Amino acid sequence: MYFGLSQDQTMLQDSVQRYLESASELEHVRGFAEGDNSLAENLHNGLMELGVPLVLVPEEFGGLGLGVLEAALIQQAMGRFVSPSGFTSAYAMAVIGLREAGDDDQKNDWLGRIAGGSAIIGVGLTEATGAREGAGLTVSGDKVSGRASFVMGAELATHFMLTSSKELLIIARDSAGVSETALTTIDKTRHVVMLDLQDTPCTVLAGDGVAAQARMIDMGRVLLAADSLGAADMMIEKSVAYSKDREQFNRPIGSFQAVKHMCADMVAKLEPCRSLVWYAAYAQDHVSDEAALMSRLAKSHLAEVGKYVARTSTEVHGGMGFTDLLGLHYWFKRIGANRQLLGGPETVREEAAKLQGWS
Amino acid sequence: MDLNFTAEYEDFRADVRAFLDKHKADAPVMANVGLRSEKRLKWQRILLEHGYAARTLPKQYGGFGAEPDSLKQRIIAEEFARAKVPGGIAGQGINMLVPTLLELGTEEQKEKYIAKTLSGEMIWCQGYSEPGAGSDLASLRTAAVVDGDDFVINGQKIWTSTANQADMIFCLVRTEPDAPKHQGISYLLFSMDTPGIEVRPLMTMTGRAEFNEVFFTDVRVPTSQIVGQRGEGWMVANATLTHERGMLGDPDAALSRLNSIAEIMQNEHVDGKSLMDNPVYRDRLVALEAEVYAMKFNGMRLTTASSEKKSAGLAGMIVKLQGCELNHRLAELAIDVMGEYGILFEDSPFLRDHGLWQTHYMFDLGLIIGGGSAQIQKNIISERGLGMPREPKAAKA
Repeated sequence: MYFGLSQDQTMLQDSVQRYLESASELEHVRGFAEGDNSLAENLHNGLMELGVPLVLVPEEFGGLGLGVLEAALIQQAMGRFVSPSGFTSAYAMAVIGLREAGDDDQKNDWLGRIAGGSAIIGVGLTEATGAREGAGLTVSGDKVSGRASFVMGAELATHFMLTSSKELLIIARDSAGVSETALTTIDKTRHVVMLDLQDTPCTVLAGDGVAAQARMIDMGRVLLAADSLGAADMMIEKSVAYSKDREQFNRPIGSFQAVKHMCADMVAKLEPCRSLVWYAAYAQDHVSDEAALMSRLAKSHLAEVGKYVARTSTEVHGGMGFTDLLGLHYWFKRIGANRQLLGGPETVREEAAKLQGWS
Repeated sequence: MDLNFTAEYEDFRADVRAFLDKHKADAPVMANVGLRSEKRLKWQRILLEHGYAARTLPKQYGGFGAEPDSLKQRIIAEEFARAKVPGGIAGQGINMLVPTLLELGTEEQKEKYIAKTLSGEMIWCQGYSEPGAGSDLASLRTAAVVDGDDFVINGQKIWTSTANQADMIFCLVRTEPDAPKHQGISYLLFSMDTPGIEVRPLMTMTGRAEFNEVFFTDVRVPTSQIVGQRGEGWMVANATLTHERGMLGDPDAALSRLNSIAEIMQNEHVDGKSLMDNPVYRDRLVALEAEVYAMKFNGMRLTTASSEKKSAGLAGMIVKLQGCELNHRLAELAIDVMGEYGILFEDSPFLRDHGLWQTHYMFDLGLIIGGGSAQIQKNIISERGLGMPREPKAAKA
């Protein structure tokens, strides 16, 4: 029994972190948030050079053939540096969708394009976790119509993978009949759009779309939890550093128990989350009968602890935490968005109860 | 990550199971009840003989002499829990005194005390806390003054569990009143039968006396009964604190509580509907389930770290704080879902689960306070774990 990361996994995460530490530093993130899309492109290209995004693409299609745990470690590093990236959708959820529901030709075609960099696929599955505002897609032959809301990974997407509830389908972003509305969210480090489609040409994946999208959501939730874990880690580190530096009453505020205990509480709640995220990610590939439950427990618990860390860390920073100048709010908002995306904690917990026959 | 055990460990697990199948009938029902009973002592003898108690302690002092292996320890714990069989005696003598003597005792002390303690014949209590020395333990005032070949002890201890059953006490006393507080303490061993000792049960909010107060009036103890040198008692006491203690906040205990609550919620009905049909209770249950699993996996991470002889850092430091808190909140949910039936207690008609959830809820609060209070834990996490600055000494008025 070995419960922990392997040397390779640690090295993978370290290399992504080292890269993002400079490539995704706050001033670049700020530029992205203010409308300059170049950071998303730079990070995409830089990570591709590291070979990182293809973690879940099988080796036969030019990928690394690794698992969801590796993907979660990469996502955690992105959360840590609030990096604009469509990794969750393009290289994790879409890849799993293709692996699960694509036939051989579709896998060859699309996984090859993903590996070659010519297809970056945003993902919209919100309708599978609860339809609002009349959203929902209808497929007729090889055309699709309707509305897909909260489509993730829109920064650089060339294509979108969407659901008609029964089937998974892919459209090109520049196809006929695609009308795109950018949604402005609190989280300016990632782009979310709403798509209105009218007889848009689409590729319907051949396999069981319902089962495939369930797997995609399970995994997407694990990655959102990992993203919040990384973001919360950074918020605690920033809190500790700030509290040692900032002086009031002629002493560092970190020497006051009131402040120390806030930091200790954040650590006490967050540290067990690390093991929960590891296990939930590992279960996606290796413990199939627990994969769905653990994904929901990790997603909902990281939503709660993430929120706690986000507000507590902001408080430790005092007035500065509240300013734009310090930029701490990018982490606060990233965690806030992760909490709601693909289902808020109560929704996800109710699903977990159903899975266990409790509801 | 690898959740499987290698063949060596699976073989070991099979051995443990075979042992339990064969000897289960000799096991007492509860772990620390009836410490003096022949059944308990016999069980302890069987466990010692097979290496399921005092597994890694030296043979010459009555241990089993096995190499430390945290995976095997975990397998033993898992299999005993699965068989619902209590493990070895886990008193303060075995957990705290024995490691201390092994590290700092004289050869004579080791020979005299360790084997008898391991066998369960000799029961110890711990004389640390005082009415005026809780979190600030080093300010303790129980005085030991040298008179001839004896220390003469006067003072009072509190929170002394098993003092009413113990043969012996390991006790912190002030021998050098003029030295700085940490350097004036000595660590003494003496019999609870020594004239001048009075034990009074300390009734707590649970309605039971889980602890005692111990009063010393001119208690004479030979000066040879010291561990370490005079004035080194603080260091001697702290030597054992570095031996990691996983006793509090056991994640498997939390999981079994969670499962019991889920059963209550499925089986208890209000107006014909099960408690589980209440979406608010259900949501609280699943929220706690996530925390229970997080702590369980954190525990597995600690086991791995320990088997690799690595420090788990913050993941280990938060266990007491977070584990006790989680158990407390589980008990809270059990009481809440039972509504009015949740307040039934003692021998009331309609009592559920022997009233143990109320007892848990209260006793767990005691655990949150005791053994290094939650606030002290937070100081340790922030100062030692995060490197935050220590509280400056208060200026003299």
